[in-house]
Amino acid sequence: MSEVIKIKKGLDIQLAGKADKVFGQAELPELFAVKPTDFHGVVPKMVAKVGDKVKAGTVLFFDKNRPEVKFVSPVSGELAAVNRGERRKILEVVVKADGSDEKESFETAKPADLSKEQIVEKLQAAGLWPFIRKRPYDVIADANETPKAFFISGFDTAPLAPDMDFVLSGQEEALQAGIDAIRQLCDNVHVGVQHDAASKVFNNLNGVTVHAFNGPHPAGNVGIQIHHTMPINKGEVVWVAQPQEIVAIGKLFTEGIYDANRIAVLAGSEVEKKGYYRTKVGASISTLVKNNVKTDDNLRYISGNVLTGTHIEEDGYLGAYHSQVTVIPEGDYYEFMGWAMPGFGKFSLSRSFYSWMCKKKEYRLDANMHGGLRSFVVSGEYDKVLPMDILPEFLFRAILVEDIDKMEQLGIYELAEEDIALCEFACTSKQPLQAILRKGIDLMIKELS
Amino acid sequence: MKALRNLFDNIKPHVQKGAKFEKLHSTYDALETLFFVPNTTNKNGVHVRDAVDLKRTMAIVVKALIPALLFGIWNTGYQHFLSLGVDASFWEMIGHGALKVLPIVIVSYGVGLGIEFMFAQIRGHEVQEGFLVSGMLIPLVLPVDIPLWMVAVATAFAVVIGKEVFGGTGMNIWNPALVARAFLFFAYPSKMSGDKVWVSGLSKGEGIVDGFSGATALGDAASGNMAKFADGGAFDIWHSFVGMIPGSIGETSTLAILIGAIILIYTGIGNWKIMTSVFAGGYIMGLLFNLWGANELMQVDAVHHLLLGGFAFGAVFMATDPVSATRTEKGKWIYGFLIGMLAIMVRVFNPAYPEGVMLAILLMNTFAPLIDHYVVQGNIKRRLKRAKVAA
Repeated sequence: MSEVIKIKKGLDIQLAGKADKVFGQAELPELFAVKPTDFHGVVPKMVAKVGDKVKAGTVLFFDKNRPEVKFVSPVSGELAAVNRGERRKILEVVVKADGSDEKESFETAKPADLSKEQIVEKLQAAGLWPFIRKRPYDVIADANETPKAFFISGFDTAPLAPDMDFVLSGQEEALQAGIDAIRQLCDNVHVGVQHDAASKVFNNLNGVTVHAFNGPHPAGNVGIQIHHTMPINKGEVVWVAQPQEIVAIGKLFTEGIYDANRIAVLAGSEVEKKGYYRTKVGASISTLVKNNVKTDDNLRYISGNVLTGTHIEEDGYLGAYHSQVTVIPEGDYYEFMGWAMPGFGKFSLSRSFYSWMCKKKEYRLDANMHGGLRSFVVSGEYDKVLPMDILPEFLFRAILVEDIDKMEQLGIYELAEEDIALCEFACTSKQPLQAILRKGIDLMIKELS
Repeated sequence: MKALRNLFDNIKPHVQKGAKFEKLHSTYDALETLFFVPNTTNKNGVHVRDAVDLKRTMAIVVKALIPALLFGIWNTGYQHFLSLGVDASFWEMIGHGALKVLPIVIVSYGVGLGIEFMFAQIRGHEVQEGFLVSGMLIPLVLPVDIPLWMVAVATAFAVVIGKEVFGGTGMNIWNPALVARAFLFFAYPSKMSGDKVWVSGLSKGEGIVDGFSGATALGDAASGNMAKFADGGAFDIWHSFVGMIPGSIGETSTLAILIGAIILIYTGIGNWKIMTSVFAGGYIMGLLFNLWGANELMQVDAVHHLLLGGFAFGAVFMATDPVSATRTEKGKWIYGFLIGMLAIMVRVFNPAYPEGVMLAILLMNTFAPLIDHYVVQGNIKRRLKRAKVAA
């Protein structure tokens, strides 16, 4: 670790409801689900049928376009339901746990003894491949491509995000085993850490290059870290994964199992007992939030953080890539003369509310849009919160007119939704920028494949 | 408040799609959102959003314009009684000014918002807030003796041709308020220039006391009359800064405009880069002309130049309009600087009319996309170069 990379632009939203670094006690729920919608571009094809007995690691469905990418059950039990939405699109594959904790067994192995192909095959068979994603496009990695690097962000700067050092303590061995396996896939592994945190877990890893970052959100986003260390140009690919997923990969090799365990943080202004909870991929959040929220008002349950997370119900399921559950007020109220009122206590990047006179430490924000959708009017807002050499507004315009060349030139390869979530937060015109970017990415995938 | 909410809730079913008055939906929506920030919540993407919206943004700009408006009202009265040679109290001046200025404001808002509502109705869109600011800018850049019907025609022209034909707020190329002014300037030049229009009553032939001329400072300078520019004269630095001089309603007081500028910059709504660079461009151009000194206007002190005419008003409220300005951060420096230079240049050389801010801003509005294009190309080239270095 040589120099600290300073990120100047960005914003830490001081959201109320930060969790202390303590473990809370909650039973595991009965229901678990794998949601195909968590994985961009995957067209699920069911393998198991409703009523089938499954173990942890049994294949539930695979991607129709890439049959080698398989998705497995996080627990042992019975396939309880396949919930479909419009046009029979599969939304949730629900498994009812039987508590027996049976696991499919995969052979243990030393990664160093295996070739790249064998590792890929092993990861795909055990349903761990979907956790390796790639930039550009932020989709599941393609094993036939050769990435120029593998990048892991060792910290999360999103509002109320879990502290990765805390989450990973005690799992160093599995993490190292995972890294060893990854190195067989791509022997150029980089880890981004926070400059001031001890980050012992990451600094003690063997065989990785560590970069230290200092700055507000989105400094913890892997896309931002890649941009500042090895920007992605046309034709280049970087693979990414999150630390807990690397741990799961490690356990496949050391213990020969599909390990769905995750530590998730439960946070947000409306949560009574905030803290870290041991849970599993796709677990229903019902046992976490039941009798654990403050009001009976309408609440917004989010799998993930408030910027990029998925809106779920109070008995919804934790997303595949998420290790955070946030609960905030829904905010479906009318506000009288909002444009004229002084607005003490409102949170805004601009100083157009008088809240700058009494800065609060924490804000209890809700999901109200605070206005209606407008065309782009105010300029320069996005640039303030995107620490990249990219002109976001012009990229969005290129996407809206579907100009592939311009999208490419203006840097769509480097961006994922999470990187521009703050732009969407700041947007006066309330534009759905993450959806616009995904539309552009989908178009790129379609046109260039 | 509760009663009002209930009223809206009662009407709502009748203007929904498929209901009897569905055509009136956008009108209903505009009124509802005027009184209540809607209860819509984020569905996809971010779950929390910044509290600011376009209504708030526009309301801040209107607030920032109020010092200039109030000063304009007072100055209208002040100049009127000065021209009559009558002593009047502060409230008499305000009273006279208000009688002259407020009708113009009302006509501008009435006509403009009427057309906006019509267009929203036809398109089935929400009414966009852009005109809240334009409706205030238009009166402030007009001479006080302008006939009200001209205000109405110009406003209609600005909203329809300047904005709606392009698709409404956010899509226009030129600043709508300046389009209105430019329309009047070219269609009815006799009402927009000369010595008579700037002080209320003069064009109707009301008496003038000896030694008073209704000409603006720039008008005097253009005709070689520099006596009033000396210290203690009617157009000296102090009078020009405070704004006790004839001119368009809201543009005379640099002081009031600066208060607005501080509000805009502090809240982060107005762009400080554009404001600074307009003043810098104007100052440098003024200095260059001082060196040259070929006519009287060129000899006006560079700082004094910035205080006269519509320069400050244009820099703070017109050039910073985000829709018609450049949208890249680098572009904003270039754009503002060129506006400042061009404004002074046109002012000094224009034989017919000694002011150039309006034309400078309209011209640079036209070129803003070009400036942005080059900034964007610069970004693209930089990124390509990076790829080549890596390869």
